[in-house]
Amino acid sequence: MSDVRFQPASDQSLLVYFGQHITLEAHQHVMQLLRLLESEPIAGIRNLHPAYCSLLIKFDVLKLGHDDLEAILRPYLDRLEAVCLPEARNIEIPVCYGGEHGPDLNEVAEMHGMTPAQVIELHASAMYEVYFLGFVPGFAYLGELPAALVTPRLTTPRRRVPAGSVGIAGSQTAVYPFATPGGWRLLGRTPLQMFRPDCGDTSPKSLLSIGDRVRFQPISRERFAALDKA
Amino acid sequence: MTEIHVKLPGLLTTVQDLGREGFGPIGVSPSGAADPVSLRLGNRLLGNPDTSAALEMTLLGGTFLFPQGAVVALTGSDFGATLDGVPVELWTSVEVSPGQILRVRDTRSGARCYLCVQGGIAVQPFLGSASTHILSGLGGFEGRALRKGDVLNNGPTEGSFRKRKLAEQARERLAPRQILRVTPGPQALWFPESSRQLFYGSRYRVTEESNRMGLRLVGPHLQGPPIPTSFAGEMVTEGVSLGAIQVPHGGLPIILFVEQQTTGGYRKIANVISADLPSLGQLRPRDEIRFELVGWEACCASRRRCWPPRS
Repeated sequence: MSDVRFQPASDQSLLVYFGQHITLEAHQHVMQLLRLLESEPIAGIRNLHPAYCSLLIKFDVLKLGHDDLEAILRPYLDRLEAVCLPEARNIEIPVCYGGEHGPDLNEVAEMHGMTPAQVIELHASAMYEVYFLGFVPGFAYLGELPAALVTPRLTTPRRRVPAGSVGIAGSQTAVYPFATPGGWRLLGRTPLQMFRPDCGDTSPKSLLSIGDRVRFQPISRERFAALDKA
Repeated sequence: MTEIHVKLPGLLTTVQDLGREGFGPIGVSPSGAADPVSLRLGNRLLGNPDTSAALEMTLLGGTFLFPQGAVVALTGSDFGATLDGVPVELWTSVEVSPGQILRVRDTRSGARCYLCVQGGIAVQPFLGSASTHILSGLGGFEGRALRKGDVLNNGPTEGSFRKRKLAEQARERLAPRQILRVTPGPQALWFPESSRQLFYGSRYRVTEESNRMGLRLVGPHLQGPPIPTSFAGEMVTEGVSLGAIQVPHGGLPIILFVEQQTTGGYRKIANVISADLPSLGQLRPRDEIRFELVGWEACCASRRRCWPPRS
């Protein structure tokens, strides 16, 4: 592979960059390397952090150095194009837009000269790709937002965003799995539990995985309340 | 199995072990003890596996009743602990008789003290680890800091007591560093030379807003570098490493710590070397630190030196 760059991030981690920009091709390469490293693990690698166009590899410093790891990774990278990825899962996420669940909906509409209904229609019309999970457990970075919805994040982040809130920032959108601080503009909220810690140690904890395709389905306040109780 | 009754929880007391590695792809950071060397040594004093869970206390310790007795060891910083009023020595295995009360007071040195018990603290593991991840409410004891009235169990033990004590010279080697050794961060060269000089030439103070997610520092503001790559005007989010020193738009550095976010979009000027990460766990609000740039080759050697030998 030609467009790969290695960059030590710390004495126990190495960043592998596939270019400098968010592209579906870079995303594909990140997923392929992740898959290859998960199916054929390298002794001494302790953790993997995929992102838009990079993969951070954490390793055991008593077993590996940056140069060792680079040398071991090269043949993996040579095989990357041949790595088959599983077919993407399609996942629908019900969202109650606006009101107390989406406190920034009206402002976002105003910023773009639209009505709130148009913002909802646009947000729910697109099919999003899960680029990666990061920030906190189960937080999926979804892209890309329709160009007409690209919005900067809040200048002052909220101290507490309720779990399930659906936000937008730049050309990304995401669901907050936990009540955390956050600077994304909130359009709505889903009653789904995005991260399930208590489902046994073998089943998937996160509703979304890297590579999934996501669509948002507008629901009423009543439906939200009914699903939220379930 | 014996019980530990929490009479007073202290400021922030959580169940921690060496953390859960390998769940970066679902956004779960390792968590684990803020000062893992102290935790390991405490476990070794008791004959526990290194991976046994213990209680991590922060600045102000708790008060614990042991109805059936236990064998315990306190490691890390000196919090002035007493057992039924008698001072307890740090870094030593101690036999607690049934009904005795261990009172751990407040810090006389660093930020964290570990209460290790023979058999380890028994909790339902989450993704293979007992560590508490406070922000997301996962792992540990009900995913939270301990409260008054909680009852913990420790795991099975062989029940024997052996007096073990850490050698004086080993303790000296464990003294937390105020000058933290760092390597260049992935975006170090994005910062102008003047900002890097300022960073390495200045003292920074740890603020009250610091926690297990990150240590927020105050000191000279670092001039924001130009952004070579742009995505809606921001750097492309990437994986972040433990001990990364990121510089947000305000110019004040933040050191990412054990409960860190797994990815982030701020530029990193430097990264604390792994041998000095346990020192981060002992930094208190208002402590002053400096950063010293070291070469990559120095890191591995110092990690080998600092790692506790098997006793």
